[in-house]
Amino acid sequence: MPDKTVEKVATATGEPIPAVATDAGPAATGKPRSLWSDAWHDLRRNPLFLVSAVLIVFLLVMAIWPSLFTSASPRDVENLARDFRQPPQWGHVFGRDWLGFDGQGRSIYARIVYGARASITVGVGVTVCVTILGTIVGMIAGYFGGWIDTLLSRMTDIFLGIPFLLGALVVLNTFEKRSVWVVILALAFLGWTQIARVARGAVITIKQADYVVAAKALGASTTRILMRHILPNALAPIIVVATIALGGYIAAEATLSFLGIGLTEPTVSWGGDVSTGRELLRIAPHVLIIPSVMVSITVLSFLMFGDAVRNALDPKLR
Amino acid sequence: MGRYVIRRLLQMIPVFIGATFLIFVMVYALGDPVAALFGDKAPDPATAARIREDLGLDKPLWQQYLHYMGNIFRGDFGTAFNGQKVTELMATAFPVTAKLTLVAIVIEIVVGIALGVVSGLKRGRPLDTSLLVLTLIVISVPTFVSGYLLQYLFGLKLGWVRPTVSTDAPLNELILPGIVLALVSLAYVTRLTRTSIAENARADYVRTAVAKGLPRRRVITKHLLRNSLIPVVTFIGADIGALMGGAIVTERIFNIHGVGYQLYNGILRGNTPTVVGFVTILVLVFLVANLLVDLLYAVLDPRIRYA
Repeated sequence: MPDKTVEKVATATGEPIPAVATDAGPAATGKPRSLWSDAWHDLRRNPLFLVSAVLIVFLLVMAIWPSLFTSASPRDVENLARDFRQPPQWGHVFGRDWLGFDGQGRSIYARIVYGARASITVGVGVTVCVTILGTIVGMIAGYFGGWIDTLLSRMTDIFLGIPFLLGALVVLNTFEKRSVWVVILALAFLGWTQIARVARGAVITIKQADYVVAAKALGASTTRILMRHILPNALAPIIVVATIALGGYIAAEATLSFLGIGLTEPTVSWGGDVSTGRELLRIAPHVLIIPSVMVSITVLSFLMFGDAVRNALDPKLR
Repeated sequence: MGRYVIRRLLQMIPVFIGATFLIFVMVYALGDPVAALFGDKAPDPATAARIREDLGLDKPLWQQYLHYMGNIFRGDFGTAFNGQKVTELMATAFPVTAKLTLVAIVIEIVVGIALGVVSGLKRGRPLDTSLLVLTLIVISVPTFVSGYLLQYLFGLKLGWVRPTVSTDAPLNELILPGIVLALVSLAYVTRLTRTSIAENARADYVRTAVAKGLPRRRVITKHLLRNSLIPVVTFIGADIGALMGGAIVTERIFNIHGVGYQLYNGILRGNTPTVVGFVTILVLVFLVANLLVDLLYAVLDPRIRYA
């Protein structure tokens, strides 16, 4: 979830992932296409992909320009009576009282809009860091093998042995003020193992390919072989795991903020809002439910996106 | 078989040492347990130094680690800062969480595999598609969200169950928290079983079994399911550790005084002996569960032998 959710995402990709990403173009059509253009051809026709892409673009716009969506401030008291019992005014679409007010009289709608930035930044940030770190470790371990591989693989096992949520709690608890960047670094520190394993596996298959042997025979340097021949071909499975994991990291951030060990004020975070809405569950459940639904929709968009990308990039699943 | 187990146990040692040392460093080096002891007040430097000496905190970290591990193997997990023995805390917390995890695993296995088999056999049909979409939605709902929604619905609105669990955590009160804890994994088990069943349904041995006139039920349970379970078993094995560690959220929502509750309080209050002790046990559970899964492969698939 997040907790274990992230670990879960790892195991979910136990479904086959393409190890060598060559020759994926359909032989029947005559004109061979590359894996990427073939995947794009597939994706454009996948309703799951289109729906999730629209949702993600919407969330990105919200994260970048929250003021496009609301003129209310997420931090100021908008309702002096602080009447959280006042139910959402469903008629006032996009108004500051549209979704009602929280316990401190702040507009829930404004907090939903401004909360997108933290969630998306953490999700994307962790995924980028984890992908870079995991790919480097996995490529080195897979390509060089021997004692380097043993050492790096044991290190991966060690990090995998620590429950993700627990590790994150311990690391983050040592920081007094936790900004988005602190949370990103902490999650990346614990989360790189999954990509490292996938990258290692892919590299081990690819390094036996003829074109790698040929490049070696022609005297290409190790860096060149890794960057020009191995990396581009190992990229497909890595991207698949990374896109699916992105949703998991967003859920992890929300869970940590919910536990009070994630983002701290003044950062607006959906998980934190769920946590403050807890006391009102009996009288005003919408204070808790609205940010919960928002987190779920966001995670769902990225998971659907990842699922569609996997189906497109993995010829075996067709 | 015996040699394989021994080799695996030997491989577990560096991982165990590494994982516990890592958590030890994170807890001790990053946090200041003495400052945590004093809460918001700043401790008097002399007193702080004396406590540090008493607890052995002035020694280098690796010495502290060795000392700590030595004690653990003698069954001494140290004392929490409130004077309670960590082993006592464990004795009350672990049975509760074990019960909760057991409920979750049973739900996960029974419901998840059943749904997966149905879905996999009806591959591409509306039922399969809607189950796939449903699992995707379930996976996207974080545990703290599903926890509150179900607690609100069944505990407060409908009043079918008690919204919080009483101290001794009887099994019938753990059913709702068990469902909450299991939900995400349940969806993964369903998806994994479905993929595996759908793949194997086209295998030659299934066609043979059908052709020689075996009843459909027998083909599915004895031939198809048994061969399709390996990825599912792998997942569930890895999940036992994750569930016990991930119970923090569920235990917090339903006010269950288990491992997650103790760990959460331990982390917040900087109660290092509690945190390190509990995590050490969790790491052990995780490693042993993974070993058992590997041994189970041979039971499921006789072609797999361990030399």
